Amino acid sequence: MSPAGLVPAGGAVLLAPLFLGIIHRTKALFAGRSGPPFLQVYFDGIKLVRKGVVYSGTTSWVFRLAPIAAPASTLTALLLLPQGGFPALVSFPGDFVLFVFLLGTARFLTVLSALDTGSSFEGMGASREAAFSALAEPALLLCLAVAVRESGHLSLSGIVGGMTGAEWQRAGPALALTAVSLLAILLAENARIPVDDPNTHLELTMIHEVMVLDHGGPDLGLILLGQALKLWVMGALVVGMFLPGHTGSPWLDGSLFLAGMLGLAVVIGIVESTIARLKMTRVPQFLVGAGAFAVMALALVMR
Amino acid sequence: MHTLLDALVVLLVFTNLRILGLSRINASIRTVAAQGVLLGLVAAIANAGHLSPRIILIAVVGIAVKGVAFPLMLFRALRAVKIRSEVEPFVGYIPSVLAGVAAFLISLAVAARLPLPVRPASDLLVPTALSTLFVGLFLIVSRKKALSQALGFLVFENGIYAFGVGIAYEAPTMIELGILLDVFVAVFVMGIIVFHIAREFDSIDTTRLAALKE
Repeated sequence: MSPAGLVPAGGAVLLAPLFLGIIHRTKALFAGRSGPPFLQVYFDGIKLVRKGVVYSGTTSWVFRLAPIAAPASTLTALLLLPQGGFPALVSFPGDFVLFVFLLGTARFLTVLSALDTGSSFEGMGASREAAFSALAEPALLLCLAVAVRESGHLSLSGIVGGMTGAEWQRAGPALALTAVSLLAILLAENARIPVDDPNTHLELTMIHEVMVLDHGGPDLGLILLGQALKLWVMGALVVGMFLPGHTGSPWLDGSLFLAGMLGLAVVIGIVESTIARLKMTRVPQFLVGAGAFAVMALALVMR
Repeated sequence: MHTLLDALVVLLVFTNLRILGLSRINASIRTVAAQGVLLGLVAAIANAGHLSPRIILIAVVGIAVKGVAFPLMLFRALRAVKIRSEVEPFVGYIPSVLAGVAAFLISLAVAARLPLPVRPASDLLVPTALSTLFVGLFLIVSRKKALSQALGFLVFENGIYAFGVGIAYEAPTMIELGILLDVFVAVFVMGIIVFHIAREFDSIDTTRLAALKE
């Protein structure tokens, strides 16, 4: 336990909505619009928190549990991840499995609450989410396995920040494959283009949005926060794992990390502006491709 | 230099996987062309220590033939037969990609045991060459359209070429063989156009060739 780990976790909660804001602005820039303010996601959150909640008569306590437990689960995962020179709050050998488990728990709760509504539309989204995550999760674990093997550490604290210039020189291609694979998983897991479009509501091809249609008010606000946090967590993992420079000074590392996150947000915005969404039948192929990259990277580092 | 070579070789593996996952034939042709260009670069960089006019010739001819000539010929054939995508291959696209990964893993295991006369410039070169061979063969047997099969053959040939360039400064006969095979591929590609001209099936689906038996 290191209390300094609360600093990046708190920072992440504050900055995660801004991360989304940067993506939105990048997309707006590409579309020739001026776009929403950077703080729009915060405004949306405040608006939602001030609203009341309506629960359908068919729902049970599961539906009320998910909006609280799912973001809490993501937040716990965040505590395992060191960010920008700050250590993680909790760290032990093998905690990367717990990290994946916690992200999976958040998704499981969201899926359950979607099924709990009894709406066939939400059931469709839930089944898609479950099917695609079954492909994305092994790929994520494989990527982490590559990092474990390459850094020689069994905990996220060792993995993140374990990739220095020397590792890149020794196993550059394998790490590049892992980075591409992780980026693809990040896009899929966070319901971004090319897998899902976060802007579509009430379209038959959407995955994540459909699962939270029946949530309203503060519940929806919490879910939006959870989504932003998940994007931040996975982004911080990618940036932390593959940023080659580690100076040892917390301020310098911290600003380097934030610059990396800013860069990642812009990259996601560019990807979303330039790539069309995949056909639903092509999504498994996309995820299997990401998994194939991870397997190859693992084979390369295990050699 | 070593990292650059490794990166190029991994890109070669990536093109293999991409070809396996693509249904559009024109995208496949472009990928095979990219693979040819990559191979030319690999040939030049792998032998950078012994850069002789012969090596440069091999690289330049390789890029010209595989990166420019073949795609042009194939695109012409594609226009002539008026098809756009490989519909329903014998093996689906996801299993194909998985087979490509399996081929790479097997190649890594095989290459580790393979006794070679000389040590190639990159440890990854031999496994990549072997997996490219496997992928080429796999494409030939798993696709229905004659053009896709020709692409599979080109990939197979790329594998042989990759195997040769790794030790090019040691084995001139290997290269001669590779170039000979290139010519053969060119003839093969022509054969497809001829096949198209002589088509009697309104299609280049090879499964329909069974009708020849009558």
